[in-house]
Amino acid sequence: MLFKQVISALSMTLALGATQAQSAVAPDALIKQVSTEVIDIVKSDKAIQAGDVGKIVTLVDTKVMPHVNFQRMTASAVGRHWRTATPEQQKRLQDEFKILIVRTYAGALTQVKDQTVQLKPLRAGADDPEVVVRTEVKGKGEPIQLDYRLEKSGSEWKIYDVNVLGVWLVEQYKSSFAQEIGSAGVEGLIAKLAERNKAAAKT
Amino acid sequence: MSLRSNLRTGAAGLVLLAAAGAASAQSANDPLEGWNRVVFGFNEGLDAAVLKPVATGYKAVVPELVRSGVSNVFANFGDGWSAINQLLQGKPVAAAQMTMRVATNTLFGIGGLFDVASDLGIERQQEDFGQTLGRWGLPAGPYIVWPLLGPSSIRDTAAMPLDLSWRPAALSHDDATRYGLSTLQLIDVRAGLLTAGRLVDEIALDKYVFIRDGYLARRRSLVYDGDPPELPESNDSKDAPPAAPK
Repeated sequence: MLFKQVISALSMTLALGATQAQSAVAPDALIKQVSTEVIDIVKSDKAIQAGDVGKIVTLVDTKVMPHVNFQRMTASAVGRHWRTATPEQQKRLQDEFKILIVRTYAGALTQVKDQTVQLKPLRAGADDPEVVVRTEVKGKGEPIQLDYRLEKSGSEWKIYDVNVLGVWLVEQYKSSFAQEIGSAGVEGLIAKLAERNKAAAKT
Repeated sequence: MSLRSNLRTGAAGLVLLAAAGAASAQSANDPLEGWNRVVFGFNEGLDAAVLKPVATGYKAVVPELVRSGVSNVFANFGDGWSAINQLLQGKPVAAAQMTMRVATNTLFGIGGLFDVASDLGIERQQEDFGQTLGRWGLPAGPYIVWPLLGPSSIRDTAAMPLDLSWRPAALSHDDATRYGLSTLQLIDVRAGLLTAGRLVDEIALDKYVFIRDGYLARRRSLVYDGDPPELPESNDSKDAPPAAPK
């Protein structure tokens, strides 16, 4: 009896160990899995179809954000001033920028009615540490281009930039951030972001 | 007397150029930022006062079927222009596909009212003369905002006469029809952008900068059909710390 229990315990531990090692999903498979999951939920959830933005925000937060490297995204958008910001300021920048990005993504998702996501062929070598995964959201009318830049971090792939309709988000925010920092410093940028997030949360 | 007034005009011109130059320290591709911001402000005012309410009313009052019919007819004309531009850009396959779209929608979609081609899987690949010029190697040039017409670049402005000539309004014979069709197309476009406009209001820190950078990035991407070459890394991003393993 005892022997059997020990054997099953051992084999369970071995099995767990094996799945841990296999947890590295390919970047395009990861994007396909996450996008399909999110779009399926958006299409089937009545509250979201009725326009409940709060619910979409929660959805994006729980399903998409864990796969995003936020520090890199924020640091790239802030540019050379990132170095001059204190760790506390960096954290606040990250938090506010995250809210902004989630709302941007969620806002785009409110438009989903009957679309599907199609992956385009991955153009990357097997050992590339950074890849671009290209997808298209197809529905009525012209397909919407939606690309992701991912980097390998450990055994996982993390998103660090998103492209919608030809516009890379980090690039897009770079000049806005630079202008704000130029006129009001890093504190001014944080304040502006916080103010914008608060205002949008009210609508 | 005339020499003095000439000098005064010249001085005024120099002051304007200097102002434009000072503003241009912000962004490489926007030497006309002074003028652009003024026109942008005017357009925003006009939009808030007239265009947006009319488009919102249009969306609320006119049934979806009628609105999509209107959109489809305008888009059908656009598809014809896209086909011509694809030929000019040396893309015969795409041109043939767009021609198929126009033919299918005009014949089976009752004059373009119904977008039958999309249901059949023939996708739209929008092209215009501005993109053709870009394809031929003409750089976009400085950003410029026009009253009512909105954001553009020097290259896209040069293409405007041709791009605007292909709309139903331009092909009509009397003034009344022309103005009517122009207005309808404008309202149709604005109604289509109502949600996007709200989103931009929420997420943009500086709406002018956001729309400018978005416009320029999108046009660059369109010229390369969604696959533009990487821009050279600016010195800024080299200072960003490498990804920290979580």
